Amino acid sequence: MNQVGRPEPPPTGPVKFVAKNMRLDLRLIAEMIEPGSRVLDIGSGDGSLIETLSRTRGCDARGIEIDMAEVTRSVAHGLPVMHGDADHDLAEYPDGAFDVVVLSRTLQAVERPREVLRQMLRIGSRAILSFPNFGHWLVRWQLLSTGRMPMTSVWSRPWYETPNIHPCTIRDFMALCDQDGYAIEQWLAVDDAGQRSPWRRFPGLANVFGEQALFRLRRA
Amino acid sequence: MDLPDLPDAEHQNVRFADGLELDCGLTLPELTVAYRTYGTLDAAGANAVLVCHALTGDQYVAEPSPVTGKDGWWTQVVGPGRPVDTDRYFVICANVLGGCMGSTGPRSLRADGTRWGTDFPPVTIRDMVRAQKRLVEHLGIERLFAVIGGSMGGMQVLEWAATYPDALFAAVPIATASHHSAQNIAFHEVGRQAIFADPEYHGGRYHEHATIPARGLAVARMAAHITYLSEAALARKFGRRLQNGGLSIFGDMFQVESYLRHQGSTFVRRFDANAYLTITRAMDYFDLAADHGDDLAAAFAGTQARFCVVSFSSDWLFPTRESRALVRALNRAAANVSFVEIPTDKGHDAFLLDEPDFHRTLAGFLAGCAERAGLAR
Repeated sequence: MNQVGRPEPPPTGPVKFVAKNMRLDLRLIAEMIEPGSRVLDIGSGDGSLIETLSRTRGCDARGIEIDMAEVTRSVAHGLPVMHGDADHDLAEYPDGAFDVVVLSRTLQAVERPREVLRQMLRIGSRAILSFPNFGHWLVRWQLLSTGRMPMTSVWSRPWYETPNIHPCTIRDFMALCDQDGYAIEQWLAVDDAGQRSPWRRFPGLANVFGEQALFRLRRA
Repeated sequence: MDLPDLPDAEHQNVRFADGLELDCGLTLPELTVAYRTYGTLDAAGANAVLVCHALTGDQYVAEPSPVTGKDGWWTQVVGPGRPVDTDRYFVICANVLGGCMGSTGPRSLRADGTRWGTDFPPVTIRDMVRAQKRLVEHLGIERLFAVIGGSMGGMQVLEWAATYPDALFAAVPIATASHHSAQNIAFHEVGRQAIFADPEYHGGRYHEHATIPARGLAVARMAAHITYLSEAALARKFGRRLQNGGLSIFGDMFQVESYLRHQGSTFVRRFDANAYLTITRAMDYFDLAADHGDDLAAAFAGTQARFCVVSFSSDWLFPTRESRALVRALNRAAANVSFVEIPTDKGHDAFLLDEPDFHRTLAGFLAGCAERAGLAR
């Protein structure tokens, strides 16, 4: 379900407890989750986040994944993963079934992002999301200078076949949270080198230099 | 066809003299459960796996059947080093209530020395599960590590999870559904009518005439067997090929016809017609949601069991959409559920065949559960 392909950045900075070869945003997400939490990872991919959470943090972590080969691999690896997707399968869960619901690098590819977000915060007390920032300077520059849809290492597929049908910027996302009444508990942006950005208090700068954004929300 | 009745082989069993109360309101005065076990029960009694067989299966899951001499029906799945590893788990498989391999059923003798025949009361999937529960208790097991089964065996798995939620750690319903569909009931009815139409059926009292309704039962098996395969599998295995490679199709037989006739004729040597009627009826009655106020999620309310639902892409008898409906009900109950659809062209029968992805999935799911349950390696 991780439609935005991107080469693995080398692990940088201190990694407290999570697997070293895990994708950076997943490591950052794992650090945001309390031990022992009930977690649903939507778009669990190869299952590395739920494996880390259940084996090292004592979490009851489960996954939903759209790619059947990944589902089979995960279940065969002993991880509780079901075939399904964000748009159609969240509505079934009861309110508050999870402490944390995770959606990494997938928001931009779902059919109804706003509804998915609403469902996430209905079935979970907290939602953690990561997404590629469409407000990044390179994206802006390419559109401005060439007049064509940007093609970067993050936005790497041409417009006519990209699964990323709902790109948004960090500011767009913050506006939606404000509009729908979600409190942002924590957020950060990661720059091209995979480093956490230093612009914690300046969303405008983060929206220019952050390649990926990571948010932890709760119902306000 | 003139065939002798089934041989009365000796089957390992346990008798419960106090009988069994059935859903229909009647009570069986005595209950016999025929079963086999494989592997060793650990000191804590925590590594027991119950395998539930399908409509025409039996308890000989991992060893040759004494009736047919053929290999166990799930030797690829159950055995040393197999996904259900008998070096690690204590595996139990029982002949279902209403069956004909030693458990109480229409072929069983009553107190007066006559066979039950058509007097055998209608049984339900839940009755079958109650009989299994008696066996499990008899074996000294409080909680099963896992209950696994495909097709009708999967119905039993679901019934176990709904009826005895605290008596199992993991549940693996395979190629199954929470109810028998109208189409499935329709196919069963064709089979039953074929049996009724056989003059040797004698209103179900064929034992008294020293005969069996072999022709009708064979047709029932042939019709059912078509539903176990996919169109693609039939095309791949037989296509339009003729049996003897003759030039004229007139008077010659297609390979698929020959195959089905073989399926029918071997079946009647190992299965009792009245048992077939009883068990197909039990499957038709099965509707887990109806038993829980038409809310399937209510059947699993509060369950702590870990589920692994498996379907097969070309199975049109128990299609993936029914597994998905089951998974959604489990989600509504906030159950821990894994769900995989295995890509295959082998149809419903795929769960009995060589499907490496399925076997890996099952082995991995059980290993993950064993880790959670703290089972010794």
